[in-house]
Amino acid sequence: MKPSPQITIIEPPKSAFELNLGEVWRYRDLLMLLAWRDISARFRQSIVGYGWAILRPLITVLIYTLVFSKFVRIETEQPYVIFAFAGLIPWLYFSQALSSVTGSVVSGGAMLTKVYFPRLVLPLATVAVGLIEVLLQLFVLGGVMFWYDFAPGLPILALPLFIAIAGITALAFGIWLTALNVKYRDVGMAVPFLIQIWMYLCPIIYPISVVDPEYRSLYSLNPMVGVIEGFRWSLLSGSAPDWSMIAGSSTVTFIILLAGLLYFRKVEQTFADVI
Amino acid sequence: MTTSIKIEGLSKRYRLGLTHAGSIRELVNQFSRRLVPRRSGSHQQDVAEPSQTTKSDSFWALKDVEFSIQQGESVGIIGRNGAGKSTLLKILSRITSPTTGRVELVGRVASLLEVGTGFHPELTGRENLYLNGTILGMTRAEVNRQFDAIVDFAGVEKFIDTPVKRYSSGMKVRLGFAVAAHLEPEILIVDEVLAVGDMDFQRKCLGKMDDVAKSGRTIMFVSHNMAAVSQLCHTGVVLNQGMTDGVMPISQAIDVYMKQAPGTSRDGLFIADSSQDAPGAITRIRIRQEGNETGTLRHNEDFEIVYTTRLASSAPDLRLSTAICDRLQQKIFTAVTEIKHSKRQNEIELTLQVRGRFLMPGRYSLIAGLLDPRMQLVDWHRFVCPFQIENVGDDPLLSGGGDLGVVFGEHQWLTN
Repeated sequence: MKPSPQITIIEPPKSAFELNLGEVWRYRDLLMLLAWRDISARFRQSIVGYGWAILRPLITVLIYTLVFSKFVRIETEQPYVIFAFAGLIPWLYFSQALSSVTGSVVSGGAMLTKVYFPRLVLPLATVAVGLIEVLLQLFVLGGVMFWYDFAPGLPILALPLFIAIAGITALAFGIWLTALNVKYRDVGMAVPFLIQIWMYLCPIIYPISVVDPEYRSLYSLNPMVGVIEGFRWSLLSGSAPDWSMIAGSSTVTFIILLAGLLYFRKVEQTFADVI
Repeated sequence: MTTSIKIEGLSKRYRLGLTHAGSIRELVNQFSRRLVPRRSGSHQQDVAEPSQTTKSDSFWALKDVEFSIQQGESVGIIGRNGAGKSTLLKILSRITSPTTGRVELVGRVASLLEVGTGFHPELTGRENLYLNGTILGMTRAEVNRQFDAIVDFAGVEKFIDTPVKRYSSGMKVRLGFAVAAHLEPEILIVDEVLAVGDMDFQRKCLGKMDDVAKSGRTIMFVSHNMAAVSQLCHTGVVLNQGMTDGVMPISQAIDVYMKQAPGTSRDGLFIADSSQDAPGAITRIRIRQEGNETGTLRHNEDFEIVYTTRLASSAPDLRLSTAICDRLQQKIFTAVTEIKHSKRQNEIELTLQVRGRFLMPGRYSLIAGLLDPRMQLVDWHRFVCPFQIENVGDDPLLSGGGDLGVVFGEHQWLTN
């Protein structure tokens, strides 16, 4: 006798919310291969290839340095190049992850309408794609730090934590946006704009010390503030981030993520009809 | 025998208009429309609205579909375009969810609604093979195990490390089908994927599906190719406007399907609504036997097929090409004639005479087209003007019954 076969029941969607993450786990091979597909196809047929991952932030940092350190003269604890670079790495990862998570379901439309798999795989697979670039950029930053004779201390051990928070934040917001984007393409149009505004609300080109202490707790509600401050601290030491603030904004992010997952699960069954 | 697929009261409603990607403006409009009548307090409007919505804004792609399929059965799903075939397959593949009803599938399901789903043009054949396999529900280890067999079946060994964008479309289809064919599911759902690819490969695919069926798995096959359906499937389900009478033997299902007349075509008559500006068009086809227009013909008497064509005065010399097809939509023979074009007359009738005792009793349809001197199609109608040949009289050949083929072949027996 064969082992009892698996039985699939197809019924109209129930209104109850359920997460069913076990199913996503069963499709983990697909998740990995999709992530890897994006990573490996990203820079094919380009001469510089993964050099782009380094060139882009490097040129951006040089321009920032020119504008904000030579023209505007912003005071920073560390040399401006290192300061801006260390702030830019988590931000670039976050913004790229947010925009690709937002587009993930719509751009996976061809697959979505042809074959079943837990739709959650699509946003989950894109969020990790940028990590390779973070790694490459960290090497370059390491080189720059070596040039300026800057050695990271023990706080560097906390680095993965801040990258993880950046990824989870991107996922938390992206999962809402990608589900809404299926029905309202306006979302896709608005996200680049949102990212642009968001960037000015993060201490990337300026230090957090320029923000009035009175407004700083409001300012720190932005989860990326804690991430960028923490990232910089773990690489360059200097002043420690406000941990209670990070805990607070992370809790909010986590709630947004959980609600986003439930919402996504609820609407995913209509994706193929709406897309 | 155990049940493999059980479908109970399955319906799917699509909301028209809303199903397309909306914009925020639509959302606001919809929202304000909902608010306004309530504020005005008009009860009548509130009552009128829901019924209006169900009437004009939605349509049932499937309505109370109910049938069950035994394990190891191979079922053909047939029906005209828009009959609900794709919707049924999408529900069974869990791409979309039903509005009401319930489906029970026993065992692993693999659905092949399109070959090469998720192929990335920049990745190599090898990389895409893994990706495609996992999309279809295999684990990486399972792909590993089947890798050589898949590559061998697809016949792309030499190109396995070449990006898929350099593949010919045939190679892509072969690789895609090969992956799906090696899924080893208990239930295999196949849409019209065999329409692409060359004859040789089509035969290979049908053979593979036949193997799958013989090994006790269930196959659901959707196709417009009646020859392929009847070759592969033993039972059939005919869908008509989202409804079905359930599972029946495949030959009966094909007959039911053929009787669903497309458009203005009914037995023995076809009237086209052709556009005026075409250089030439077939406007009408009639069938006559002994002077009567009919769609039911006696098998032992001659009959005539009358084609009415309308030609523009500027039209080049055209040719009428027509074929009689059997119920599996395979051509039996083709006849071609030049249309003698005189400038004064723009409607020309051409009559094709067919001998009696040539076609076997059964159902037939016509293909008719107009070709210009460069052999380009000017007008083209397929499987129209269906007609029935009835067995009349006491032909000794027909008395035994059974499948005798489609024509009475001219032959002689020699005995010594």
